[in-house]
Amino acid sequence: MSASPRIKDVQIGDALRSRELHIGTVELFLYNAALWNAHRIHFDHPYATQVEGHAGLVIAGPLLGDYLTQVAVEWMGDTGQLLSVEYSNRRVAYIGEILQAVGKVSAVDRDQGEVSVELAILNQAGEVTTPGSALIRLSRG
Amino acid sequence: MGDSLNPALLGRIGTRSAAQTELVTRRDIRKYAIATRQRLPKYLAGDEAPPLFHVALFWPVLPVEQLAPDGVAIDTMFPPVENRRPMAGGLKIDYHRPIRPGDVLTATRTLANIHEKQGSSGTLVFIEVLMQVVNAAGEPVLTETTTRIMR
Repeated sequence: MSASPRIKDVQIGDALRSRELHIGTVELFLYNAALWNAHRIHFDHPYATQVEGHAGLVIAGPLLGDYLTQVAVEWMGDTGQLLSVEYSNRRVAYIGEILQAVGKVSAVDRDQGEVSVELAILNQAGEVTTPGSALIRLSRG
Repeated sequence: MGDSLNPALLGRIGTRSAAQTELVTRRDIRKYAIATRQRLPKYLAGDEAPPLFHVALFWPVLPVEQLAPDGVAIDTMFPPVENRRPMAGGLKIDYHRPIRPGDVLTATRTLANIHEKQGSSGTLVFIEVLMQVVNAAGEPVLTETTTRIMR
């Protein structure tokens, strides 16, 4: 069980709880296996570096999209409802990089009970690899 | 209209994929939840699917011979555009109902739009594919728009 924020207490600029991500080869493998995704840049190091010129094994884009979404879902709690989410993969992230999933409130509609949040995955240089946003409905109780 | 957007390419707008129907199992939800390090018990127990679970559910299952040499299942919904390469992409998902074990879901994809925008280094072509997911009663579960940007 996790408590939901009350709409009357939510303010623009409120930070969502961030999460530090250490994504390893085992979970990247499990993720792509769960999808049935055989893209070699995710598991074949010689191929990724020598053929495609990457700096290492590439973290799957939709996996970063999922971590982004988790920031919103964990914040909204049990009675919150995720209405929509969007993200785009702008910059490659590699296995071994320490990433941060962050979010903050960008708009509050108290009449509708809806909150917009801005989300992002950041790399160690502080660059945004994956910007995104979500729209959440909180109960008015 | 720029030179990339010829009538043959634009004529593909409205193309629909064959419907894909899949059964949601607790085991598949749990695998997905563990691989994505979900922390909410309802996801880890497989009682409800995490919001991006449908990405896994509807990933194409093709014979190995049909994968490209890089291991990718070629997505035929996105037409090639002459002299252009994919640069980036994004997703927008609208949710209507949660996904639970036992659900039988059907996805249909439509090539929704192809248009050009002026970027800082020339024109960019945007291709949008819409995926509509419904349950066995035909009720909407989610709608996903995938945009691929070509330069």
